[in-house]
This record gives sequence, structure tokens and C-alpha cells, in this order.
Amino acid sequence: MSSSSRSPLSDSQPNPRRSAASSEARPRVASRWLWFHKLGSPPYAYGLATKLRPWLMWSSLILMLIGAYGGLVLAPPDYQQKDAFRIIYVHVPAAIMSLQVYLAMAIAAAVGIIWRMKLAHAFAAACAPVGAWFTVAALATGSIYGKPMWGTWWEWDPRITSVLIQLFLYLGYMALRASFDDTQRADRASAVLAIVGVVNVPIVKYSVVWWNSLHQGPTISKLDTPSITLSMGWPLYTLVLAFMVYFAAVMCDRLRSEILKRERNASWLQENIARS
Amino acid sequence: MNLQSFLSMSGYGAYVWSCYGLTIAVLLWNVWSARRQLREAIVHARRRTEAQREDAARRGAGAGVPGEVRS
Repeated sequence: MSSSSRSPLSDSQPNPRRSAASSEARPRVASRWLWFHKLGSPPYAYGLATKLRPWLMWSSLILMLIGAYGGLVLAPPDYQQKDAFRIIYVHVPAAIMSLQVYLAMAIAAAVGIIWRMKLAHAFAAACAPVGAWFTVAALATGSIYGKPMWGTWWEWDPRITSVLIQLFLYLGYMALRASFDDTQRADRASAVLAIVGVVNVPIVKYSVVWWNSLHQGPTISKLDTPSITLSMGWPLYTLVLAFMVYFAAVMCDRLRSEILKRERNASWLQENIARS
Repeated sequence: MNLQSFLSMSGYGAYVWSCYGLTIAVLLWNVWSARRQLREAIVHARRRTEAQREDAARRGAGAGVPGEVRS
């Protein structure tokens, strides 16, 4: 276990070829990437997550209340689905997050492998349970939505099946991590799974375009010409934003737990814990 | 708009409200389990730090004294 509290990037050697060519430009480049070095340093990220968490949690709660009021009360009933359409205000944000969180997890895993950045691995590990729960919520609300609209709880339809695979990818990722005692080995092995599994993200997204599906086609992603009117759309956009902020708030706690696990011998952490 | 028609959701009340209830349950569970995990991690790390400190103090005070029992 390394007990370093430095930025994981700070010990990388400067590229000799590049530094010879642009020795004058280097200070500027360094300052431009300073935020990245700071963010990659566990003590800084730990402190930032502690500070940001209440702000994120409260703003997501306010956004959720506004969105739910808009979706349940202000939006007019659909001309075909009547009030049952209001399920989209929880179903769609959960489904969007199940993909977004996976994408964030895979990108973090790739950054962790390429730049050997401990914090990126910690971020990826923290993503998985939250993403899995979003996927469960999307599948369950979709199933309840399907019963009155399609007349069935479940159908082996391309969209539903690919989202189920998404859930198994999250569960596989977590099971793979749990099978290693050594955190660094767990990081590297699970990162490969996360990166390979990213192929499923476009499959889920375009499943309704590529194959005949019970599920409706893209509705809100065509930003120039969305197929949803503004009076029904704004609560949905608000709730998607609320879920994203909520995810960030939950990640603050999960990321701190992951940092605690990895940096337990670091002196900054021992001082921090003794103080709190 | 009266409360009864709001709750009935034009007959789809059971479907709509179970979806909302389920989603709220998942959201609350995520917050709670992340908090619990963090609290456990902090307690664990603090115990570890204290144990290390005691260990260091013991070694500094009476290293190699056989049969020494710390109270």
C-alpha cells in the first residue's frame, strides 16, 4: 500500500521529447492542467466531496419537487394514455441515468487504466451500485408502465432485453470487484469489464431505431425537433437534471468511502479523521 | 381539481403511484446506504489509526519487556 498523499499524476516524468521542443510553453500548460491535478489528488477530492454534498442534495431535492409538481399536476393528460403517461417522469430519468452512470463509470475506468490514476478507479467503483439501482428502477417502472399500455408486464423486446443486460453488466462488475482482496487488482480487472461493457450503451440507446420494438422511438433526444410538447417536456427535463444532481450528491459519499478504503495509511487522512 | 380525481389518475392510479413510490424508495435507499457505508468506513479508519498509535506508543515505551501487560 502506498502511503502517498501526493497527486497520483505528480510523479510522472515529463516527456523528454516534448519538453525539449517547448520548454517555454510548459508553465502555461502546467497551469492549464492544474485543476486536473488538484481534482486527481485524494485529499482535495475528499474535502471537495464533503463540502459539495449538502448543496447538491438540497438542489436535487428542490428540482425533484418542482419537476414532480409539474409532471403530476401542471402537465395536461395525454390524449391517448390519459394520466398513465405521468409514469414517464420517473421512468425516463431513471433509464437515462442507468446509461449515463455506466458511461461515467467506463470513462473513469479508462482514465484509471491509462493514467494509473487511483482516484478515477475509486470513482468507477463508487458508480456501480448507484447505476445498478437506477437500472432496477427503470426496469421496474417500465414493467408497471407496460401492463396498462401494452397489456404485458414483460416482453423480450430489444429495448427491455438490452436494459436487462445493462443491469447484469453492473452486477457482474460488482461481483468481479468483490472477488479480489487486493483493491488495485480489483480496479484493473473490473476496469476492463467496464470498458468492454460500454458496447451495450449504444445498443440500448438505438435498440428502438434498429429493431422493431414495442417501445416508442426517440422522443426527447432530437433536441431541435423534440416529439414532446413543452408543457409535458419541461417537467421531464427538470427531473432528468434533478436525477443527475442527485447522482452527484450520492457519489460524494460513495467516493469518500472508496478514498477511505484506498488511502487508509495516508497521513492526511489520519489527521482528517482524528479531527472530525 | 379535487383530490379524488388526482389520486385516481383517470383509473391508472395503482400503476402511476406504485411507480412513483418505487422510484422514491430506490432514491432514499441509495442515499441511506451511501451514508451508512461512509459512516462505517470512517469508524473503521479511526479504529485503525488509534490501534496504530497505541502500537507505536507501546513499542516506544517498553519494547521487548517480556510479560508486559498494558492496562
